[in-house]
Amino acid sequence: MLGLIIDIIVYIFLIIGVFFSFLAGFGLLRFPDVYTRLHAGTKCTTFGSIFITGSVIILGLKMWYLGSADGSVLAIHTAGALIAILLTNPTGAHAIARAAHKSGVKPVGAVVDGLDKVNGKTIKYQKEKMEEKK
Amino acid sequence: MIDYFNVYIIVLIALLICVILAIIRVVLGPTAPDRIVGLDTINTIVISSMVIFGAAFREIIYIDVAIVYALLSFISTLFIAKYLEGGDF
Repeated sequence: MLGLIIDIIVYIFLIIGVFFSFLAGFGLLRFPDVYTRLHAGTKCTTFGSIFITGSVIILGLKMWYLGSADGSVLAIHTAGALIAILLTNPTGAHAIARAAHKSGVKPVGAVVDGLDKVNGKTIKYQKEKMEEKK
Repeated sequence: MIDYFNVYIIVLIALLICVILAIIRVVLGPTAPDRIVGLDTINTIVISSMVIFGAAFREIIYIDVAIVYALLSFISTLFIAKYLEGGDF
């Protein structure tokens, strides 16, 4: 009985993870802009990866409960992969958004860019630095 | 009870379709940051599919490979973003 309940929980987690991965793929295709595509592609895959790795962790704990020593190793290593995803994915998304804004990509339909002053100053500063080097 | 192996193969095929959707964006993308967003999405989906592989074949080493792949893809993403920003390193 307990095994059946755990199986159902694992399947529900897998379905949620695959659904959010599909949302990431369709969002990448359908959104009009770098920033909205980043919004779809990064957050949805992070959420889906949490549920997919969570299902594997629950499976490992079930194997460990049933007496297999491999189960605990499976659960702990999968938790390590989950921690790696959670640490690295939002940081990478932030770096991509910053690089896109600094390389001059504007959002579709944007009227005012509040960061324009700051970026103008930095670009001017870099140009001055290049002239000083020459 | 229920065979986990077939379920995991079905999940892997679904994740493969997601990777194909992201590859279409990498090929089509009008600017360079679009392609990088597609590559970042592909990296995350590949990490989760490696975890699924490890659970399907009961091999722990695949999950270690997934951890190392996550850290290396993070470094490569940061490096490409730094290159796009321009300026000195």
